[in-house]
Amino acid sequence: MSDTAPIIALDNVSKIFGRADARVYAARSISFALHPGRTLALVGESGSGKTTAARLIMREYRPDEGRLLFRGTPVGNDSLKAYRASVQMVFQDPFSSLNPTHTVRYHLERPLRLHQPGLGSAQRQAAISELLTRVKLDPTLIASKYPHELSGGQRQRISIARALAVNPEVIIADEPTSMLDVSVRLGILNLLNEMKRQLKLAVLYITHDIATARYVAEDIMVMYAGQIVEWGATESVLGNPQHPYTRLLLSAVPDPDRRFADAQFEDELGHIDEIRRQSAIAQSDVREVGPNHFIRPMPA
Amino acid sequence: MSVLSVRNLSIDYVGAKTVFRAVKDVSFDIAPGEFFGLAGESGCGKSTIAFAIGRLHRPPALIRTGSQILVDGRDVLELDDAELRSFRWREVAMVFQSAMNSLNPVLTIEDQFYDVLNTHTGMSRSAARERAAELLGLVDIPTDWLSAYPHQLSGGMRQRIVIAICLALKPKLIIMDEPTTALDVVVQREILQRIHKLRQELGFSVLFITHDLALMVQVSDRIGIMLEGELVEVNDAQTIYRSPAHDYTRKLWASMPRLRGAQIAQDAK
Repeated sequence: MSDTAPIIALDNVSKIFGRADARVYAARSISFALHPGRTLALVGESGSGKTTAARLIMREYRPDEGRLLFRGTPVGNDSLKAYRASVQMVFQDPFSSLNPTHTVRYHLERPLRLHQPGLGSAQRQAAISELLTRVKLDPTLIASKYPHELSGGQRQRISIARALAVNPEVIIADEPTSMLDVSVRLGILNLLNEMKRQLKLAVLYITHDIATARYVAEDIMVMYAGQIVEWGATESVLGNPQHPYTRLLLSAVPDPDRRFADAQFEDELGHIDEIRRQSAIAQSDVREVGPNHFIRPMPA
Repeated sequence: MSVLSVRNLSIDYVGAKTVFRAVKDVSFDIAPGEFFGLAGESGCGKSTIAFAIGRLHRPPALIRTGSQILVDGRDVLELDDAELRSFRWREVAMVFQSAMNSLNPVLTIEDQFYDVLNTHTGMSRSAARERAAELLGLVDIPTDWLSAYPHQLSGGMRQRIVIAICLALKPKLIIMDEPTTALDVVVQREILQRIHKLRQELGFSVLFITHDLALMVQVSDRIGIMLEGELVEVNDAQTIYRSPAHDYTRKLWASMPRLRGAQIAQDAK
């Protein structure tokens, strides 16, 4: 995928819920790596395991199988603080991920205090101003406001600024634009792209909106029923999808060039249940279908 | 004649000190069997219009005098309570974004149908069961589910059941306010394709509200674009897509990343 060493890697990680007689693989042998200055997109429908992957990286879940590697070594309790300072998350809901009783300044000051205790008060205020400027908000206007005084897009910018406050190397963004209006969405995506380039961040962009994934990510993974069924370079996977489930997913994305009134439209979803059933079966085989483009083939 | 004819509709939200005009002098028509899309960002007034057509507004919302909403030539704003009761569901039915959560959690699917059918037509239990089975068939849900409770069904199935209930009294117009926004793309496609087909078979009109322009062009015959309470452009779907006349429509298109071809339209940023 890239010639740089990965910052974070998942190595055959599984997460299993349920009891012995009814085991559900929320993640089944997933492996991927995040590289500095690159965005990896993780797409799939609800319940496919996208957020489980995020939670595994954020150490909210421990892997039941496999390993989570940080700079090549497994993450343990002793290295957790350094890990948290390097890996930050931006959540889906900008309305519930900020504390309504605190100002923007408080939200940004707290990570600075915790992770850079050496900073003096004046330095912290300067750092807050710099962070807000970075996410294109005016510090003099915004710093003293409460979350309810801000729009959804502004709040999501605060979430990004808060994540950047600890000078992270990795950002996990779980559906960061799905609750925003279309006209605001592009600004947030552009901001993510800019941060990635300027700060050499490694970004995991989780979404069900495949068009936005194409806009921000160099590489993409398609997940279904806990398995990554197809992955590789974004243009290759989206331009020449090889797994039947990826094709199904792509055909369902609203496309103004293909109208419902057109005749050939109706059969397209004809095999939907069969494709879903087959894609959910555990498959250890991996087939390379092109340069940096892989699938787990469905059973014949 | 139009099924729905909105004339000079203005709606205010009246505050203690200020009055906010949410809908400004909006007029449009929907023909029999037509799929009409209303697009715009949050707060542009599209849901306020939908609520007005169903006469669902309560203060502080105030529909200004001079506004007219004609359904089959009858002004909805003039209806008294009894007329309104028979008008809702029978002439105009509504599906909301969170409609799947509007099913009563302690009633079986069959009872939810019976509730509507018995209230509006006095239908008996056994006749209602038969009709409910028929309606479930329309939305591709096996009749075994009649005895299930809402929590046993997926979000997509519940949304289809609400649509089936909407069809129960054969309304002329169905208003769908972001009916699939909470659902996955695959489920969304299944549901909208089903509505598209039912509309051709049963001949009802649809007022479809969404912020997803690509989806709107895919399903609609004609589209209206709203900006800050005003209807700034109305045209057939292809024209809205290929050669939008209003600057705002162009900007909306430009702000949407594309799946194929150029990542975003040229006007972007």
